[in-house]
Amino acid sequence: MKKKLKMDNIDCAHCAMEMEEEIRKIDGVNSANINFMLQKLTLDADDERFDEILEKAKKAVKGVDEDAVIL
Amino acid sequence: MDKQKKQLYKIIVALILFFLGFFLKNETAQSVLYLAAYVLAGYDVLLKAVKNISKGKVFDENFLMAIASIGSIVLSDYAEGAAVMLFYQVGEYFQSYAVNKSRKSIGDLMDICPDYANIEKDGQIIQVDPDDIEIGNEIIVKPGEKVPLDGIIINGNSTLDTSALTGESVPREVCEGDEILSGCINLNGILRIKVTKEFDESTAAKILELIENASSEKSKAENFITVFARYYTPIVVTCALLLAVLPPLILGEAFSSWIYRALIFLVISCPCALVISIPLGFFGGIGAASSSGVLVKGSNYLEALSKSEIMVFDKTGTLTKGVFKVEEINNEDGVDVDELIEITAYGEAFSNHPIALSVKERYGKDIDNNRVNDVKELAGFGVKAVVDEKEVLVGKYALMKENNIDASEADSIGTVLYVSKGGKFLGSLVLRDEIKEDSKDAVKLLKDAGIKKTVMLTGDKKEIGEYVGKELGLDEVYTELLPIDKVNKVKELIDKRSENGKLVFVGDGLNDAPVLTMADIGIAMGGLGSDAAIEASDIVIMTDEPSKIMTGYKISKKTLTIVKENIFIALFVKIGVMALGALGLANMWEAIFADVGVAVIAILNSIRVLRYRG
Repeated sequence: MKKKLKMDNIDCAHCAMEMEEEIRKIDGVNSANINFMLQKLTLDADDERFDEILEKAKKAVKGVDEDAVIL
Repeated sequence: MDKQKKQLYKIIVALILFFLGFFLKNETAQSVLYLAAYVLAGYDVLLKAVKNISKGKVFDENFLMAIASIGSIVLSDYAEGAAVMLFYQVGEYFQSYAVNKSRKSIGDLMDICPDYANIEKDGQIIQVDPDDIEIGNEIIVKPGEKVPLDGIIINGNSTLDTSALTGESVPREVCEGDEILSGCINLNGILRIKVTKEFDESTAAKILELIENASSEKSKAENFITVFARYYTPIVVTCALLLAVLPPLILGEAFSSWIYRALIFLVISCPCALVISIPLGFFGGIGAASSSGVLVKGSNYLEALSKSEIMVFDKTGTLTKGVFKVEEINNEDGVDVDELIEITAYGEAFSNHPIALSVKERYGKDIDNNRVNDVKELAGFGVKAVVDEKEVLVGKYALMKENNIDASEADSIGTVLYVSKGGKFLGSLVLRDEIKEDSKDAVKLLKDAGIKKTVMLTGDKKEIGEYVGKELGLDEVYTELLPIDKVNKVKELIDKRSENGKLVFVGDGLNDAPVLTMADIGIAMGGLGSDAAIEASDIVIMTDEPSKIMTGYKISKKTLTIVKENIFIALFVKIGVMALGALGLANMWEAIFADVGVAVIAILNSIRVLRYRG
């Protein structure tokens, strides 16, 4: 399943790149792409585990930058 | 209070504390104020630094700034430490301001997607989510509203502002029966529309998706920056360590001055200026192009377009309108022009061939079918009919010959219709596929702008193709080509381009799919509303105008210039300050300028392309 998620408070492009890499490391993620200018995450992950993966992604994002959130 | 405002107030208070300290004579009070300013401005940086180091992130920007500022306090004085932190925060503030500003301009640019659709329920008009509307439903668009879904007008007429889709500022008139695309703004009348496409498949949503996804097709410049960013920070930090340790050990000098120089390196170690501004430049270029009616599907295509060398055009529908028009009328002596056209139109009365339709359009009046009898289509020759009790022949010269009619042969280029009535030759009409108004200018401008070769490929007859080629000033024309010949011809031309040059193919996107895919860049014309064109090409021209290719080309050039400027400025300043710093000629202030100052300059430079309109 592919989903577009809005993000907020991504302050540096560098961090967005790091977040992308962290999310890709999560098991079950097929692809992850963060558009820094639009503050949007395109996440493609396993159907059944999508919610669980999304939670992990939210944590990964926090790990890179405290203020950044996936809405 | 939003984050940015809070940050601003914090900086202002810290600045006041700092300047109070600056004017105080008492040294202790001074130190206290400087320290207060430092802590206020930098506590979040220090906190993040501690958190990140506990996670093992040594190359984190906050950590590096913390070390640099603490180092300044230890090696120099409180004033410098506080100044370093303050200046850094001011720079960061400007940076986030610039990013927000450009986010807003991009947001405006992409504001083509409507939030709601009006439907009628029990005589009341209510607003619903456009996602819930199904094909066949009726929606109502009031004046001033955006059209939410693609459809057909079943009631009402109005003028539409299509500028968000086409970049065209002249409003378009629409009436009952016309197709209407989402993303247009209804200017005056109330329109009732029967929906033909679901929201996700509608034009506005498609375009938006295209622009959003464009940033995932990365250009070479962006890939370079990604790789560069990966190695840059570790290398600079390693240099800083070596600089702090080696010279004092080898030369036996004091550690303090070399550690200070090393700190300068740390401050400059973030590649932010490049990481933000380069993608922003491309994004801005794609945005600027799309608001001029040129959709670019990725940064890589925008980059490639700026290197165009050979441009290959399809003829029909691309450089010409693909619609035939009566261009010449050769009436025999004693025959009235209007009579000749009338007879021809009646002869062709029952034909739906494009040529026949053009003749009827030229005639412009309704045809009285009772005047026409015994119509016979003579395949490949023309048509025979009885009009007003007399036999009328309309067709090729051979048709006249065969019926022993003494016709004078026209030597014009195009499709010629010979007309006779009751055995008497009346004259001939010459029809041609009309060249688009801006084709000639487009070709000339592209050549002036540095395109080395312009080529036209067509399946049409030699005389017609060469006539169009000459009229437009194209360098090479290849005619009477089958689809497979076009593919081979483009292959040949690809071999002729230089190593870095790109070959562009421009077609109407309907039957040129193989060539569009094969060319370095495939441009589809008149893609508005056509899914096939959007699929097969790399760049879609929303309107039918060839001059938009020039607009796209200019925007691509501008984008690349700005991107190169940013790479140059950032590297030049960073490397320059590092070199001076290593020699002991630069201080912390210059280092911070090389970090955040350059980032702000690069972002502002990138935003310029957003407003560029070619």
